[in-house]
Formats: sequence, structure tokens, C-alpha cells
Amino acid sequence: MTTKYLFSGFGGQGILFSGKFVAYKGLTDDKQVSWLPSYGPEMRGGTASCGVIVSDEQVGSPIVAKPDVLIAMNLPSLDRYESAVAPGGMIFADSTLIERKVERDDVKVFYIPATALASENGFPTLANMIIVGKVLKETGNYDEASIDATLRKVISAKRADMLEVNKKAMALGAEY
Amino acid sequence: MSDKVLMKGNEAIAEAAIIAGCRHYFGYPITPQTEIAAYMAKRMPKIGGCFLQAESEIAAINMVYGVASAGKRVMTSSSSPGISLKGEGLSYMAGADMPCLVVNVQRGGPGLGGIQPSQSDYFQATKAGGHGDFRMIVLAPASVQEMAELTVKGFELADKYRMTSMLLADGTMGQMMEPVALDLEVKPAPEKPWATNGTKMQRAHNITNSLSLVAEELEALNFARYEKYAEIEKNEVMYEEYMMDDAEICIAAFGIASRVSRNAIDEARRQGIKVGMIRPITLWPFPAAPFKAAADKVKSFISVELSMGQMIEDVRLATECKKPVTLCNRVGGMIPSPEQVLEAIIKANNGGAN
Amino acid sequence: MVVFDKPHALTDAPFHYCPGCTHGIVHRLVAEVIDELGIEGRTIGIAPVGCSVMAYNYFNCDMIEAAHGRAPAVATGVKRADPENNIVFTYQGDGDLASIGMAETVHSAARNENITIIFINNAIYGMTGGQMAPTSLPGQVTQTSPYGRDVNHCGYPVKVCEMLSELEGPEYLERVTVNSVKNIRNAKKAIKKAFTNQIEGKGFSLVEVLSTCPTNWGMTPADALKWIDDKMIPYYPLGVYKDRSADKEGK
Repeated sequence: MTTKYLFSGFGGQGILFSGKFVAYKGLTDDKQVSWLPSYGPEMRGGTASCGVIVSDEQVGSPIVAKPDVLIAMNLPSLDRYESAVAPGGMIFADSTLIERKVERDDVKVFYIPATALASENGFPTLANMIIVGKVLKETGNYDEASIDATLRKVISAKRADMLEVNKKAMALGAEY
Repeated sequence: MSDKVLMKGNEAIAEAAIIAGCRHYFGYPITPQTEIAAYMAKRMPKIGGCFLQAESEIAAINMVYGVASAGKRVMTSSSSPGISLKGEGLSYMAGADMPCLVVNVQRGGPGLGGIQPSQSDYFQATKAGGHGDFRMIVLAPASVQEMAELTVKGFELADKYRMTSMLLADGTMGQMMEPVALDLEVKPAPEKPWATNGTKMQRAHNITNSLSLVAEELEALNFARYEKYAEIEKNEVMYEEYMMDDAEICIAAFGIASRVSRNAIDEARRQGIKVGMIRPITLWPFPAAPFKAAADKVKSFISVELSMGQMIEDVRLATECKKPVTLCNRVGGMIPSPEQVLEAIIKANNGGAN
Repeated sequence: MVVFDKPHALTDAPFHYCPGCTHGIVHRLVAEVIDELGIEGRTIGIAPVGCSVMAYNYFNCDMIEAAHGRAPAVATGVKRADPENNIVFTYQGDGDLASIGMAETVHSAARNENITIIFINNAIYGMTGGQMAPTSLPGQVTQTSPYGRDVNHCGYPVKVCEMLSELEGPEYLERVTVNSVKNIRNAKKAIKKAFTNQIEGKGFSLVEVLSTCPTNWGMTPADALKWIDDKMIPYYPLGVYKDRSADKEGK
């Protein structure tokens, strides 16, 4: 079993971090993983993306050209990558920032107003983690013990206060 | 649960170098390898080491030459255009038999080129790092774990043979994160009685030098150096075979190209095509023997490269042109897709026809 | 009683320099200073590319031969390999230091790298047979300026001490010459100070030595010594261009 994720959005939305979280969670769950960001001027130009592969087997190419799961945090990301998603795959869209609907009918689509939910709940920087919660839920990976262990790896000890709020954000997404 | 950590390839190189006992790093910023410098800048002052941002690539490699002369483990890193600038220093390092590690996280060229991944410095690394007759040990990692392990290996081989080891990676390998275990075994550096670190008034002066104006003497130095290279070709070749036991088609690929090829091979096998891969880990010394052996078994070879066809020449040499070798490539920062490689495999399986 | 002896820091190898060339004098001064300071066992010298390329054969301390112009970068590496113990000097000519190696010169000075540089300025490329140097004087005839250096075509000479003195970095910059007994004594004082500064951790110290090249200047040794007085010193005035510690002490 191999799942290929593509996270995409604006710089500053925590795109690379959410990808890193999913990769680290794979590592926590004893899977093989890879994480590959786009790099260069386009990072500074505003869009950020990263491909994550979580697999039971050794990861071959780390390049995610046909994601099984697309996380689109803004409209340009959906425009750019909608057609790339593998048939039968999933698209998670931040519906606060993306007004249009997904045109494909061979993929499962989840609209989450993550940016609005994040603001309403007092953690405006965690829209990314709300979507990650939903992604974990829908891909059958929502497991509190593993989430807790993973968060402890990706959040430095100095920022331990961020632990609970990240969990809350993910729970919010999972329940949406 | 493993004690592995997720790390970028570039960071894994830096941490592995520190584990290998390297306490001196000199470099100049260039994408896509700047994480190495950033990591060193953070860590070195805390462990009594020295990170110094040089005024140029040229200065950086000469600072490396200075520390190597003084007998300590030292490294620099750069990306393609910067390695060209280091070419002078690499030649002097070779001429003076100084050990060091040089990392090239390749990007597309020639000229300023681009910043996306490439393998188009293969010739430069394996055949023409600078002027004069010399070789560098060239190591080609294909995972973040190998980035770390081959960094340590690079220091060890450099010290063992008193020469430059080059870690030849690419933008993808440098930027990607994978789990890596850093419990690396490190052989201690050997004694360096040749080092120019002060006579302490206890020995005759040592001289670090590549000048030799008497032709006969310079010739003898070159012959001796190539005897050493022959030893390396005998002892230090590293490669990995994948599904070669019954293979009828053999892919040659290193680094990121081998990762892509692996996917294509798995798919081709599902379709019943007998294809395997020889992945050189040392690009110099090139694993000629396994390719030569494979030439008696397979129908043809495919060299999968992020270049206009550079390693393919070594594959042809190794196989003595016994079987056709075709090229499957993307360049300029593009990476072949598994589908493209699969297509090349299918074509080869049909005897070259589509 | 010994009244004259070879410094221990010089080997027995005979110099290859031309008759009347002042490299020999400067080598000796450096070696005397190394002896007097008792630092031979922890000194590492860096030879340039140029006439003094084989300086590594003449000094008894450990020596490194650097690529053309790169000696300050190599010295940076050696110094930083063991900053507490290593005493590091470079010995460079004008083409090496002020042309192809200008970046290494300026940046090692800007970093106040704790090294000593002996800079031989003889206004010509000697080893390659007398081409125009970055320090060749306006109007000076050389193999590559056969009609005299035309400043409208190839610009003006570089005044290294003056230029570096504008930087915050360097500790000590002085220009001396070795064309008379008195000037040789002054040169030795400057060289000794440049090494002492390093021992005391004060930082980048450069001594520019106006030197002769009778062979490529096409002069007798005696005329060459006089040419320094007549032509070079007016363009390159002798003196201290920077001495941070002395300035601080209000001297």
C-alpha cells in the first residue's frame, strides 16, 4: 500500500509543515516515507508545495506527479493540480479560499472551510492542521496515540503549548 | 518505533560530516545546497568547529586546501556553477595529495543554468574535475540515509588514499526529507605525518606542493598516483543490483534516476518484462565488472540520466559495446517520469521497436 | 665570536634568484624574525606563484605551495585549523596578491584574519619574463606594455596599502623597501611587528616591500636600487598606513 500526497497553497499557510507532519506520522506508524518540497524562486513567489509518500514498501521516486490525495489550500493550487489527481483519489479543498467546485467526478472531494474555522476557534494559523485532521480521518489514519507521538517530534519542546492546540485543530477537522 | 529522524538530504550530509569528525567547513551560498552551510553555521560554533563563509568558491576550496594541509578533516559544498570555480583548487588538491570532501548538489546547466535537479556534472566529476591527470572518488547517494553514510565514507576514503572524495548528489536528493538513522560508524582518521602543522622543531619541514619542474619527476609522481588509483579501482567499487538475476534488460542509473527507474522496473515486472538495474554507488571507480558480466546475459542496456548522456559512455566502455545501450533522459532540471522509463523498457523489450 | 651566520629558519638550499634581486634579502629578514621570535616549530609559510614560488625550499618551517593568488585563503584555512598554535605567513608578489588574488587579499584583510603577509612589490611579473603588473608605474615599459603603461588604456597601478587602509579590518599595514642598509633595518622592524601582532592575536598584518627586478627592468643591480628611490617611492610612499593598536594608544 502506497499513498502519495500533494500539499499545495500559499507560502505562510504551513504547507511544508503539514506535509512534514504527515510524513513524520508515517514514520511513527513504521511506514517508509519521503517528503519533497518545491524549491527556488517560486517559493518566494508565493506558492508552496510538497509531495509526501507513505508506503509499506521502499519508496522509489519521491516525486509526486499523480497524487492519490491532493490538499489544495488556495485556488491556484486546485487549478494547477486538480487534473493530476489519480482516478479514485481524494481532493481536500479549503473552501474558505476556494469558491469553485472540483470539476472531476472520478475523485472523492472534501470541502472544509479551514481558514474560517481556524479563525473562529482562535487558532488562525492552524487551518493547515484542520485539513490534516480531515485527511487523516478520511484516509483511515486518525489515531490519537500516533498523532500525539508525531506532534512531539515535530514541535520543539520550547513550544509545548502548541501541542494541545494542534490536536484540537486536527480533531475539529476530523469531525467536520 | 524506530529512532530515525526525518531530515533533508543536505542536512543529513552536514550532520554526518560532523559525526565523521569534520570541524571545518568553508562555502559560498548557492541553491540548492545552502542548507548545508546554514546547518554548519549553526552547529560548528557550538562544538568548537569553524564555519566560515568564504568570499568566493575559489577562496573556499583554498581554505579547504589549507586545513587539509594542516592534517584535519575538512569539507566544502556547492552546486554546479560553484564546482566549476572550485576546479582549480580540486586540481591542486590532487597534485598535492590532500584529502577532503567536496559535495556537489547538482543543478541544470551549462552556464548559470537553472536551479532544478540535474546530473549533468557527471563528466566533470568523473573525468575532468580540473586540469591535469587526476581522479576523485565520486560517490552517488540515492537516499537521505546514503547521503549520511556516504559522507562518512567519503571522509574515510579521502584520508585513506589522500585525495578528494566528491559526493555527487542533485537538487532532489538535497531537498528531500527521508527517515535517517544517524548511528553511523566512523573509523578514526589515520595519522598524518605529512601534515604541515608545524615542525615543533622535531622533524624536517613538510612541504605541501603540486609544483614539480623536472619532467621526469613529475612523470614519476603521476605514475605513482595512478598506481594508487588502480588500487582504488580494485578495492573500493560500490554498486547495487536490483532484480538482475533473470534480467534481459539492464537499466543503468544512479541517484534520483535510480529511484525513478525502480518504480518503472516494478511496473514492468508486473507486466512480465524481465528488467533489472545496476546502480553505481561509486561513479569513479565505475563498477565496470558487473556491467561487463551483464553484457553476456541481457539483450540491451538503458542508461537513465538527468543529462544528455554522460554515464552512457562508461556503460558502453564497460560492456565493450557487446549489446546496445540506449539513453532515456530528461535535462535542464526535468526528471524522467517512471512512465517514460517504462516506455523505454517496453521499447527495449520489443527489440528497439515501439 | 660569530658575527654573521645563516638564520636557522633558512634551509641550506641555494637561492635561485637573479643577481641583484632583493627576494634574498627579504627571505633572510623573515627567517631572522622567525628565529628571534622562536616560532619556527609552529610556523607554516605559504608560497605564491611567481618568482618566489619555490620559497618552500628555502624556509625550514613547514611550507605550503598555493595556487596563484590564493595564499591568503590557504593561510586562512591553516590558521583556523589550529588558531592557538599555528603562526601563518604568506609571501606573495604583486601579480599574485594585487591582481589574480585581489579578492583573497581584500577579504582576508576585511576579516582581520590573524595572519602575516609579506608582499613583494617590484612592479613587474618576474617569473614569466617581465610583463606589466598591477603595480607597474604609469609609462613603465614592460613586455606587455612595450610603449609604456598607458593609463588611458589599461588603467592605473594599485596602491595596496592605501587601498586596504580604508578597511575596518586590518590591524597593521606598512610599506618599506630594502634598497639601503637603513631601509633594510626598517623593513626588518616592520616584518617583526607583523609577526608579533599575530602572536599577540592582533590580526591581519601586511608589509609591502618595494623590491627590485634588475633582470626584467633591464638595469644593473645598482641602478635598480636607485630606481626604487627615484621612481617607486614617489609613487608608493613608504610608511605606516594603518596601525590600529598604536592608534588606540594615541601614539
